[in-house]
Formats: sequence, structure tokens, C-alpha cells
Amino acid sequence: MVDLSRSQITQGASRLGRILIYAILGLACLYYLVPLFIMISTSLKTLDDIRSGNLLSLPSEVTFDPWVEAWSSACIGVRCEGMKVYFWNSFRFVVPAVLISTFIGAFNGYVLTMWRFRGSDMLFSALMIGCFIPFQVVLLPMATVLGALGIFNSIAGLIFVHVVYGVAFTTLFFRNYYISIPDELVKAAKIDGAGFLRIFWRIILPLSTPIIVVSVIWQFTQIWNDFLFGVVFSTGDRQPATVALNNLVNTSTGVIGYNVDMAAAIIAALPTLFVYIVAGKYFVRGLTAGSVKG
Amino acid sequence: MGAAPATAANIPAPQSGGISILDRVENFMPKLVLAPTFVGALFFIYGFILWTGYLSFTPSHMLPNYQFVGLIQYRELFHNDRWWVALKNLALFGSLFIVCCLAIGLFLAILLDQKIRSEGFIRSIYLYPMALSFVVTGTAWKWILNPGLGIEKLVRDMGFPNFTFDWLTNSDMSIYTVAIAGVWQSSGFIMAMFLAGLRGVDDSIIKAAQVDGASLPTIYWRIIIPSLRPVFFSAMMILSHIAIKSFDLVMALTGGGPGYSSDTPATFMYTFSFTRNSIGLGAASAMVMLMIVVTVVFPFMYSEIRRAHRG
Repeated sequence: MVDLSRSQITQGASRLGRILIYAILGLACLYYLVPLFIMISTSLKTLDDIRSGNLLSLPSEVTFDPWVEAWSSACIGVRCEGMKVYFWNSFRFVVPAVLISTFIGAFNGYVLTMWRFRGSDMLFSALMIGCFIPFQVVLLPMATVLGALGIFNSIAGLIFVHVVYGVAFTTLFFRNYYISIPDELVKAAKIDGAGFLRIFWRIILPLSTPIIVVSVIWQFTQIWNDFLFGVVFSTGDRQPATVALNNLVNTSTGVIGYNVDMAAAIIAALPTLFVYIVAGKYFVRGLTAGSVKG
Repeated sequence: MGAAPATAANIPAPQSGGISILDRVENFMPKLVLAPTFVGALFFIYGFILWTGYLSFTPSHMLPNYQFVGLIQYRELFHNDRWWVALKNLALFGSLFIVCCLAIGLFLAILLDQKIRSEGFIRSIYLYPMALSFVVTGTAWKWILNPGLGIEKLVRDMGFPNFTFDWLTNSDMSIYTVAIAGVWQSSGFIMAMFLAGLRGVDDSIIKAAQVDGASLPTIYWRIIIPSLRPVFFSAMMILSHIAIKSFDLVMALTGGGPGYSSDTPATFMYTFSFTRNSIGLGAASAMVMLMIVVTVVFPFMYSEIRRAHRG
């Protein structure tokens, strides 16, 4: 880190410089926050208000009708029941998919660090590539396989797909975390006669809370925000919230309710925003753990 | 280290046959646990790549058809004007997206690294768009950029009645709106990566340079930024990956339009595979996308892995 205030710049210039720095940082805050402000204020305006005002003007009278409409009566496709069906759809596959993929990832990471065998490192590298393929390359076969299994266009199908392609990331998280646990700990337990599962439950798992949180948050955000798998592998009232939002906004029948669109967008964003506000620290750690570490 | 196979041998000889079987199960457990992932990766990643690869050599339309016809789909793909638009858009969007995210991210990280009060709070403001779905980002920017009621109206209300801003519906400019929204969403994350990198720069080198009378900009330009090379690599890897996969943002913001002017390879693949019943052509475009990722992203990844192994 470079300490500007103690560098050889004169005091006056330094103060001016710091004011400038704070001004630029403040402007950048506005850059990131203004779209959110516009979304919220638009969602609280009437359509007349939207037409007479502009993006930055405040609602002349606050109305919650767009929120009610977005949640329970807006038309998405042929159904006019709002976002609520799709919102709960998302929860129904996101929660199991997050838990299952984190569970498998924890076991994989444990084996890949504490119980290595010939070929296990190679398997890890092979799995890592799974994080980087463009998923377009698996869509067509997956559609065939899901159809053959009878779980195309079902919650079970979406859970399956998200677990299959999420395990690469969760394994990466747990492997990179467990690799810093000293070998001696596990070796001593092995000498004492503790077995594979016992060491995992008694020694490794109690140490894993931070990485479990990271993995759960990362997976939750990724799977909730997914659009590609949702739009390809589900239709109609089985679709997730992101797909419903897109359908709501891009079906151009009748009057376009910008206020309803914005309310629906915020509804679709709320769960991940909530997670970010509550556990932002872990969110950032997941982002960097998933990307920077090799 | 590979300590695993030795454990059972180190334990005193078992008394009864039952324990011996348990031991053998114990020995087998690690492999058993990894087996589903191994089989899964083999089938769902590598098997599916081969499967898609084979589909790209078939005349499949609405349903897969496994008759081998050679490179016909690829020939058709590269004679398809829409595919070329998608490729050009990817190059244009990708380079703008990467350069702007890197520039904004690095600039904000350097400013935030000046012992700023409430740094944590500011950082979390810069980062929150990363928690949003690209569909949400696309929806928000679709409204902000709305010709008529969006930025255009705002600027007109401020006293410029002839101002026009119609990029969203202008087929020459629509791909730039995707870059605008993408940069808004991802630049904060790149800032966080650079900030972490800056915190890792060795203080003593900087002190030494200051003693030598180097000015602050010189120190940054000559010493600190070059030492962030690995962060540049990681960030470029992630950003190019996001750019190549860009699907949801385009679908929500422009839907690939007007016409197909803002199509990217990802939206092209989706459109031809799932709405225009050209599975063979869709598979061929997916394979080309894979090849782009392999040539652009994997070299970065390889250098990352090598660095991680050395570290």
C-alpha cells in the first residue's frame, strides 16, 4: 500500500488530492447506485407519472400497485399470476441443488487432499476444465438425457443439471480450503485408528464452516441467477424466476408496464441481494476463491 | 504425499475376518466417494462434448439424426451472415467489456487503496451488481436506455430538446448497450480483484523507490502496476469467459435485436438449436464456441495452474 499523505507531496496539494480522490470515489458510488435507485423509484410510480416525469424524478405519489401486479397478477406467457409461481419454483430447485452440490464438493475436496491416490490429481484437473467449458456445448445432449430420464421440464431435472455442473466449483472450493489443513492432524487420527468417515465428521467438518458458507453462497447466487439452463430445460409454469422475468419484460402485448417490469426485476433480485447484504464478506471470498486460486 | 494406501497396512493385523473386510472397505472409500464425480465428469463434460461434436457432423434438424455427413454444418455456419454478425459482436463487445472493466477496476482499486475512510462500505457498493442476475441487469438497463422515456428524456428535460439516444433500437449501436450494462455489472468485481492484488504488493520496494525520489505516479506506473501482472491475467481470463458465454444479458437487454444486430455466438446457438430447429447447425456453433474458449481462456488457465503449483 502506498501512503499518499506521507509521501513527498506538499501538504496543501495532498489535501486537494484527497478531496479529488473522495470526489471520484463518490461519483463511482453514484454510477453503481443510480440504476438501483431508478429501478426502485420507477417501480413505485404510476404509468402516467412515468410518462410525465423522467428517470431521476421521484414518484409524485408512491404506489405499490406495480409490486402487487408483478407478484400476483402480471401476465407471463399465457398465465396471469405474476412472478410468485416462478419465484417459488426457483427456491424449490435452488435449495436442494445448493445443498447437494456443496455436500458432494466437501467429500470430493476431502478425498482430493487427505486421501490422495494415483490419478486423483489428474481427476481434479479434468474436473477443473468443467468450470470453463461454455455450457452451450452440453445443452443438446443434456436435453436428450433429461428426456430419456423423464425429468425434462421438471424441478428434479433442474436440480440434476445444476448439481452436475456445480460440483466442479464446489470441489474446487473445498479442495483449495482443505489443502491448507496440516497433514499431521489427519495422520495422527489415522494412526489412532480413525477411519475415513470418522475423520471427516469429527475433524474435517468442524473446521469447514467458513468454506461451507462460501460454497453455499456462491452456489445459491449462481443457481438462482442462472438463465441458460432454466430457459432450455423448462417451459411454462415450471420455469425459474429469471426466465419468467425475461418473458414478462419481453412479451410486448398491450401497454408496457415499465413500473411492473422494475418491480418484477427487484423481486427476482431480492434473494441474492439479501444474501449479499447479509454475507457479503463470504460472497467476495467465494468470487476470488473460485477465480483467482488455481 | 500419497499417504492414503499405507494406513491400513500400518494398523496391527486384524483379529477377525469382519474387521478385515471393514478395512478393505475403508481403503476403498476414497475412490468410492470420488467415483460418482469421476463418472459424472467423464460423461456429462467430456462425453457430452464428443456427443455435441458428433451432432455437428449430422444433418439434425428438429430431432437428433445420427447420419454422418461431414463438415456440411460448419460450411453452412461460416456462410451464414448471422453467424458472422455474432462473431463480430463477440469481438467488439468482448474487447470493449474487457478493456473498460480492467481500466475502471484498476483505477478505482488504486483510489480505494489510499487509506480511505469507510473503505469497506464503498467497496460493497461497487460490488453489489455482481450479486444480480444478468437478466435483472439487462431489464434495468433496457429501461434506462429506453429511447423515448429513458436517458433521452432525462437529457431533454435538462434543456437539450434535440438530444437523441436510441442505441437500443439502432442496429449499428445495439451491441454497445450490451457492453454498457456488462461493464456496470462486472467492473466492481474486477476492482475487488485488483484491490486484493494491491494489498499484496511488497511495501519495501515502494519505500526504496520513494527514498530514491520517485514520484507517486512513477511508482505506480513502473513498479506497482507491473507487479499486478497475475491479477491482470486472472481478470482477463474471467472477463473473456463471461464475454464468450454472454447470453442472458443479451437476451434480456436486446433479445439479439434489432433484427439480429446484437446476436452473440451464445444467442445464435440457442436460437438455432431450440427455436429454429437446426440442431446440427446449433451443435456446430457450440463447438466453435468451445474452440474459442480453448484458444482464449485455456492459456490463461494453464499459466494460473502452473503458478499455483509453484506457489
